[in-house]
Amino acid sequence: MSETVTLLVNGVSVTMPAGSMVSAAILKTGIHGFRRSVTGEPRGPLCGMGICFECRVTIDDDQHCRSCQTVCRNGMDVRTDG
Amino acid sequence: MANHACDVLVVGAGPAGMAAAYRAAQNGLRVIVVDDNPAAGGQIWRGEQAHPSSQAAQVWFEKIRSVDFQLINGARVFDQPRAGTLLAETSNDVFEVNYTTLILATGARERFLPFPGWTLPNVMGAGGLQALVKTGLPIDGKRVVVAGSGPLLLAVAAYLRQRGAEVLLIAEQASSVQLVKFVVGLVGKRSQAFELKKQLSGVPYRSGCWVLAAHGTDRLESVTLFRGGKRWTVECDYLACGFHLVPNLELAELLGCAIDGDGVRVDEFQQTTVSQIYSAGETTGIGGLELSLVEGEIAGLAAAGKHDEARKLFAEREKQRKFAERLNRTFALREELRQLPAPDTIVCRCEDVTFERLRAHSSWRAAKLQTRCGMGPCQGRICGSAVEFLFGWRAESVRPPVLPVRIGSLVATDFSD
Repeated sequence: MSETVTLLVNGVSVTMPAGSMVSAAILKTGIHGFRRSVTGEPRGPLCGMGICFECRVTIDDDQHCRSCQTVCRNGMDVRTDG
Repeated sequence: MANHACDVLVVGAGPAGMAAAYRAAQNGLRVIVVDDNPAAGGQIWRGEQAHPSSQAAQVWFEKIRSVDFQLINGARVFDQPRAGTLLAETSNDVFEVNYTTLILATGARERFLPFPGWTLPNVMGAGGLQALVKTGLPIDGKRVVVAGSGPLLLAVAAYLRQRGAEVLLIAEQASSVQLVKFVVGLVGKRSQAFELKKQLSGVPYRSGCWVLAAHGTDRLESVTLFRGGKRWTVECDYLACGFHLVPNLELAELLGCAIDGDGVRVDEFQQTTVSQIYSAGETTGIGGLELSLVEGEIAGLAAAGKHDEARKLFAEREKQRKFAERLNRTFALREELRQLPAPDTIVCRCEDVTFERLRAHSSWRAAKLQTRCGMGPCQGRICGSAVEFLFGWRAESVRPPVLPVRIGSLVATDFSD
């Protein structure tokens, strides 16, 4: 698994091992707030397995993607809102 | 819309689903497995297809490679438009699967209990943090407190440590009396337990200990712990906190399967109360890896009409069920944890409903109507088990779609019947 993929998180380039999840890439760039809750609190991943919906981000203009269930691809444009 | 057809549809590609699919396919049935994750293995064997971490994982990945079946990954089942048909969506598609027999192996999730600060970024489930690290999060040199309850805490702590994390403490809410009884009763699993102990040497394991609060402004900075009347605060980067497991029952409920206590009710061949729908693994009650595998095998064999072969596995299942009973008794939640939420602690994270607002109601239904608790994207999957523990309310009915889906998927759906 020496292969890597490079994607953008809020405009910052990050390189991850192939097969990594977008949630891990976001945390690796130093961003901890993935989204804002309905009352404006910053939130990040909780369950890590697609159940809690706390890790939702915008991926290639597609809103509300669960970053913990989305595999990183080269050139992906990820936007957080936390 | 794409349409697939099979003899046996298995929902979930964790150990139970793998075992069920293997046994059904081995007996010549056309099998389709649908799973939400990018690869087979479930949570316990996540990402291990190429590099199994245990002999059991290796054996079972080899077994499923040796038979012919179709695995559809990254797909979530969200509805049953007609009997014998399920609908699922992927990130860019929606499809139907027609089946003769259905095997539900939807697994379990962590139980989360609210405490002040639990909504801060970097407070995660124990399995939650492990899943993130397994899928690329560097944890080297990070300070982690592992807390909550259950054997998962030990496995997670050992894994994180092996990946370079500084595990500061494992806080297990169960009392030492309960734990000693459990360990003494371990037969055949002691070597596993000792292996874990070796990997965790030097990491304090505190029983009768739990997190009172997590602190930080825009992310976690420290946690306050409690044990034996004393409280203290520890600075850390991550809190990995989960209180044992609860089964994923939404799909079974949607299909009308009866639920017993803490799982889907099944007969001796793992058939649910709905004809031609079977269930195996954590979905039928939390019991661990070995029970999941043997239940999956029984369900797969029964689906193939091989009842005599299935019967040969009953003794092993019984042994594992006994173990599961002990496990669940040992890690039963203590009363004090009900006192953890402060009035302003959020219980429903999707709709930001506080403990104080919920406390004013007398039932889950009333609380939902008045506060929207459980009505956000997770549809009560996180707050439901918390509310059940805190107030004794049980979620009432499941309606389609069982997960939020794209409008396009609903539009593509033919509900005429």
